[in-house]
Amino acid sequence: MTSWELLSFGDTGWGDEIASGVVITISLALATLPLGLLIGFLVALAKQSQEWSLRTAADIYTTIFRGLPELLTLFLVYFGMQIAVQQTIALMGLDISFEFNSFVAGMIALGLVFSSYASEVFLSAFRAIPQGQYEGGFALGIRKKTVMRLIIFPQLVRIALPGLANLWMLLLKDTALVSAIGLADIVRQTGIAARVTKQAFLFYGVSFLLFLILALLSSIVIARIEAFSEKGDAR
Amino acid sequence: MKFVAAEILPDETPPPPPPRQWNNARLTGNILMLFWMLAGIGLVWFLYSAWSPEKFDRYGIKYWTGLQTTLSLVGISIVLGAIISLPIAFGRLSKNKIIGALSFSYVYIFRGTPLLVQVFLIYYGLGTFRAELDALGIWIFFRDAWNCAILAFTLNTAAYQAEILRGAIQSVPKGQWEGADSLGIPRWKTFRKIILPQALIVALRPYGNEIILMIKGSAIVALVTVYDLMGETRRAYSRTFDFQMYIWAAVFYFVIVEALRNIWNWLEKRLTRHLKR
Repeated sequence: MTSWELLSFGDTGWGDEIASGVVITISLALATLPLGLLIGFLVALAKQSQEWSLRTAADIYTTIFRGLPELLTLFLVYFGMQIAVQQTIALMGLDISFEFNSFVAGMIALGLVFSSYASEVFLSAFRAIPQGQYEGGFALGIRKKTVMRLIIFPQLVRIALPGLANLWMLLLKDTALVSAIGLADIVRQTGIAARVTKQAFLFYGVSFLLFLILALLSSIVIARIEAFSEKGDAR
Repeated sequence: MKFVAAEILPDETPPPPPPRQWNNARLTGNILMLFWMLAGIGLVWFLYSAWSPEKFDRYGIKYWTGLQTTLSLVGISIVLGAIISLPIAFGRLSKNKIIGALSFSYVYIFRGTPLLVQVFLIYYGLGTFRAELDALGIWIFFRDAWNCAILAFTLNTAAYQAEILRGAIQSVPKGQWEGADSLGIPRWKTFRKIILPQALIVALRPYGNEIILMIKGSAIVALVTVYDLMGETRRAYSRTFDFQMYIWAAVFYFVIVEALRNIWNWLEKRLTRHLKR
């Protein structure tokens, strides 16, 4: 069979399998993003709190998840949660076999890693905003939460955007790891095709190109968003 | 008459600081710290209760060799990558459009795709051309997962290091070049003695981050049958189904990364002490 037949959609080709892998990869990355951003933002808030214990707790979080290899974090979450849930079920005296969803495990593990990096990005963005912005808001009698939402947050997003864009690229690449816990993403699907057809170079080349295309598309979208966020900048 | 302040205002002890208020931040912080403490105690207790001399005898030495594999893999690829990164960084700085575009593509391609896919493409993918590689006599090299991992890691880190180097060289102000030019110093000597020392200080932190990223990233070679720290961990887990295997791997990786981070912080402080004001 020629390469085109192998990559075609349908019964004989692997095109549809690989396409479903692309969908899984993209949806995993997109599902992790809001989770990671939210936790990262909260951790950044904790890190610049005046309360010692809150700062330390947040620092411990970042140190742990930036110090472990992403693949190991993934295995720890996947196997660890499986064992934890099974033991809880056994403790409750139930007899259910439980298989932890690898998509959820991937989302949690990648979210932990993403959020610990994102918290550093948010933190340095927080530090880039002058204290006078808060004080000005308070002087006008605006409530603390409203100051945060209407004055600080819009500036914060603009400053943090380049760093977050970098993290998105990292996240996209890290999704390749979930193939190791059996999620049918790009790498897994092309790997199966490579083993079945013995055309390893073709299929791994395809997955290589697919990730490159995803990176290129991301660059374009990010450039658009950055241009949009800079529209209000004083010149 | 002479007035002395002490006669009018006797010493007074300062008032005690107001008691710290309980607010939401303090409550959350204390709960989270309690959680981390319990997690830490639970971890130690788990490792203590799961300890078995028999498993230590069998797998302890494996972890040690795995650790050595990880460190030598990272060490070799960082050094080789540093060498390859030089021409790429100069290519990025070059005024020649073709050379610039070529080195930009190299950097973009290797930074835009996952390291895992690069390793797979080289190790499994090149197997497709076995006959051709055999004819060239280099199949022996590509047959071995270790060589393929070194090759992929070197090419990957070369792209990242080239960007670090380029950024650092560009961060040196133009006046440094012009000053050297006006003194009649040859370009190469200017680069080596004036630009590079200043650029390397800027590059120090990103280089440290790159080494840490490589140590963490190197765990994926376990997926192409190289038995590094992660590979030995996976093998030990698949034989014992004992979760402490993964916990120990986490402890080792964490200790290496933290040690390196602290060494690098110390190094940076030491090397930039002349810049402190």
